[in-house]
Amino acid sequence: MHISRRSFLRDGVAAFTVSMAAPAFLSEVARAQGAAARNLVVVYLGGGNDALSTVVPYTDPFYYSRRPTIAVPAGQVLQIGSDASNRPLGLHPRLTGLRQIFDEGRLAVIQRTGYQNSSRSHFEGSDIWGTANPASSQGIGWLGRYLETLPSPVDPLAAWNSTRETPRALLSRSIGVPAIPDPRSYSFASPNSGSAALDERAAQTRLSAYRPSDHPMLSLVNGSALGALETLDRVASVASYAGTVTYPNNGFAQALRSVAGSMVRGLGTRVFWVQTGGYDTHAAQGVGNGAYATLMSTLGDGLFAFYSDLRNQGLLGSTLVVQFSEFGRRISENGSQGTDHGAAASMMVLGGGVRGGLYGTAASLDPAASNPTLENSGGDVRYETDFRAVYARVLDNWLGASSVPILGGDFRAGAPNFI
Amino acid sequence: MAGELPIDHLLRRASFGATPQERAVFADLSLSLAIERLVEYGNRPDDIDTKIGQSDYVGVTARGAFAPNTNIEDARQRWLFRMVHSERPLEEKMALFWHNHFATGYSKVAGALGTAQGARVMAGRPGEVPGPPGQYELFRQYALGNFRDLLVAVAKDPAMLVWLDGRANTRTRPQENFGREIMELFTWGVGHYTEADVYAAARVFTGWNLRTSGDVRDTAVGYYEFVYNANQHDTTAKAFTFPVYPDGTRTIPARAASDGQQDGIDFITALATHPETARRLARKLWGFFVSEALTPDAAFVESVAAVYLESRTEMRPVIRYILRSPWFLNPTHYYARYAWPVEFVVRSIKEVGGVGFSVDAARTPLTNMGQTLFEPPDVAGWSLGPDWFSTGAMLARMNFAALLASNQKFNLGRSASVARQSPDRLLDHLLGRLTPPEYAPESYGVLQDYLRAGGAWTGTDAQLNTKASGLARLIIGSGEYQFV
Repeated sequence: MHISRRSFLRDGVAAFTVSMAAPAFLSEVARAQGAAARNLVVVYLGGGNDALSTVVPYTDPFYYSRRPTIAVPAGQVLQIGSDASNRPLGLHPRLTGLRQIFDEGRLAVIQRTGYQNSSRSHFEGSDIWGTANPASSQGIGWLGRYLETLPSPVDPLAAWNSTRETPRALLSRSIGVPAIPDPRSYSFASPNSGSAALDERAAQTRLSAYRPSDHPMLSLVNGSALGALETLDRVASVASYAGTVTYPNNGFAQALRSVAGSMVRGLGTRVFWVQTGGYDTHAAQGVGNGAYATLMSTLGDGLFAFYSDLRNQGLLGSTLVVQFSEFGRRISENGSQGTDHGAAASMMVLGGGVRGGLYGTAASLDPAASNPTLENSGGDVRYETDFRAVYARVLDNWLGASSVPILGGDFRAGAPNFI
Repeated sequence: MAGELPIDHLLRRASFGATPQERAVFADLSLSLAIERLVEYGNRPDDIDTKIGQSDYVGVTARGAFAPNTNIEDARQRWLFRMVHSERPLEEKMALFWHNHFATGYSKVAGALGTAQGARVMAGRPGEVPGPPGQYELFRQYALGNFRDLLVAVAKDPAMLVWLDGRANTRTRPQENFGREIMELFTWGVGHYTEADVYAAARVFTGWNLRTSGDVRDTAVGYYEFVYNANQHDTTAKAFTFPVYPDGTRTIPARAASDGQQDGIDFITALATHPETARRLARKLWGFFVSEALTPDAAFVESVAAVYLESRTEMRPVIRYILRSPWFLNPTHYYARYAWPVEFVVRSIKEVGGVGFSVDAARTPLTNMGQTLFEPPDVAGWSLGPDWFSTGAMLARMNFAALLASNQKFNLGRSASVARQSPDRLLDHLLGRLTPPEYAPESYGVLQDYLRAGGAWTGTDAQLNTKASGLARLIIGSGEYQFV
């Protein structure tokens, strides 16, 4: 079920403030808030990633018996050693770039992340990862709550959403996050030119500044319009950024290129949201080639280009990338050479400050009732690390925030030590 | 202001706004006759496609031959054209509603069937290409038809059989995707079934598969169609946690494989006629027709659900009831709904004019606004309401206003010549034509200031061209215009 965000927005819009200051001043705000400070890039794999194909337990006999046509052969995985339970693991063969980052000690793989009674619904699941509250898929997001802790006035480009729709994780009571799918089309058009066009832009800006408290719907729309008008000129400076490496020509990699451009241009953005879809692999998942291999190429090649570019730009040390998906998938393949909705999955974290390695333990895929690493009658992987512990680590140890109020609870104890 | 009239409210909600000519026709009708004209659209001509390519209509852009049955970009253009000019606009409006309800994405379908067959199963018009109707044509056919019958048709629809993997749902390997979504999204929603029900639902639809007829590489002769594959049907009984039959029985009995298709019919009938499905549809229709400012009125939900159940899941009585209801006609609900991107685009073309404009030019802007027809983000459909209004999407709306005003600059200037006497006359002229809600005094003052900026008022053609197009762009790009 899709959960509406309306009620939140209606309640929250009164405080929805976008500064009325001029762009030059906003850059000052950005600088004051630390343009060179640490930033966070959240990468969402939409659809529910089949983590058992990303991080393969290639010595588990049940992995092969339960996946007769889609298991990655042991001889093809990119070995990354063994975890704390001595289970040898390997990355999908298309993740050559990520293996290189792993070998450099800058990639952490956190196995079996999730939460109790995992939702198998895409919509509820992705909303729960957004709110960081398994009991509620409604309301504002964990990153939105983080943005609210920044000193006021918050720069309109404090966060950067590279998709068209604002993900729940970035929803906040007071901070509007610009959606910038493509910086090149993020500009102001006019039927006229010269001073007539400038008159239009001035009038449009004044119209958009009208934010009546008794008409929250209009206030919300005008707030978005004003947010766009105020960030246009700074975003435009990113459009020309080509990068020090060649990024693959797909939406995911191009979004990462823009993120790198924003960092290189020093816009001061703290939180970036990038996503790539197609992970709902109910059918024809494939092995060495096919749908899932294509997804892995997109993910791995995009992230490796980004990583390499940031290293060349000297920005790796100030960047943390955190990847997640709304759920993992069933252990046994279905009748259409795919996998249905499951439970726990792995997260990956990379960046210059990351302590790389394997965190957590792989599930045993033995469907026996006595196997504590599975749930749902042995159908799904049971979570071991609460995803909020990972969030807590990112908030406390990377962003310098305090995770307890942001997450509404203390999840620090179970956090893996990846940063 | 003209847009505040009940008839204009009706035309924004049950149509896509109105051209000046359409408004003139409707201005002569009583409200109840206007509703009947929209609801009983079977009496109206169904010749809209013959207008494509004629002068005096919005344009389309053909790359080679215009092929809306086999090329998805042309299918998008044909749908936009129909929305702008159809004399049966409620048919297109409800087709859009069902497209969002049964949200199916072309990309996955085309990935499986190829681009030409993918476009055909999404939008092929029966009679123009062989095989079953494309999914959107199904939505037109059942726009105000029977919801249970539509559910059955959708369960057998080739695009859906690919989209939710029904084509791979077999006896030994049941595929849960359709079985889950028909409950979670197409009928009663989460909270009324368990994971065990999802398994059982998957088994109900085993054998509801896809087959080819003729050589599918040639869309002139070959096509995909539904087949009930008895060999692949799970014939054992399916037990649910809720009643499937009116007598309260919760189990669909074991049946011979040859009769197994009845499992799906029984299951769909149970879902379609369940009061929770009636209520969920009523809530969705509240948001679509009545208001996004207020949560659904409980009395509305119960009475609409009752009409739906009494009419045995027929939609025409339901929609007629809503349009005639006090909730719909309450002026506090005027402009209380966020316009979907296609609604915004189509209404602005209708109100500004589109002769010399190609709907193809709206394709990329619509994507930037967050709505590509035949490409909803996922099976839950588009995120509606405020979710349409990210900064990037709002910028795309403002820029579409500029694109259209630029294209129509001379038409706007010419029609504004009746108002060349003064800036205020020009403002009245365009506010009457574009039907935004009444502006607050400060915003009205901004529009007045804009017209006075840049030198003295001369009323020359050149000044009218500049100011009429600039003003049209400001009104259409203003927050006030984003509501219907």
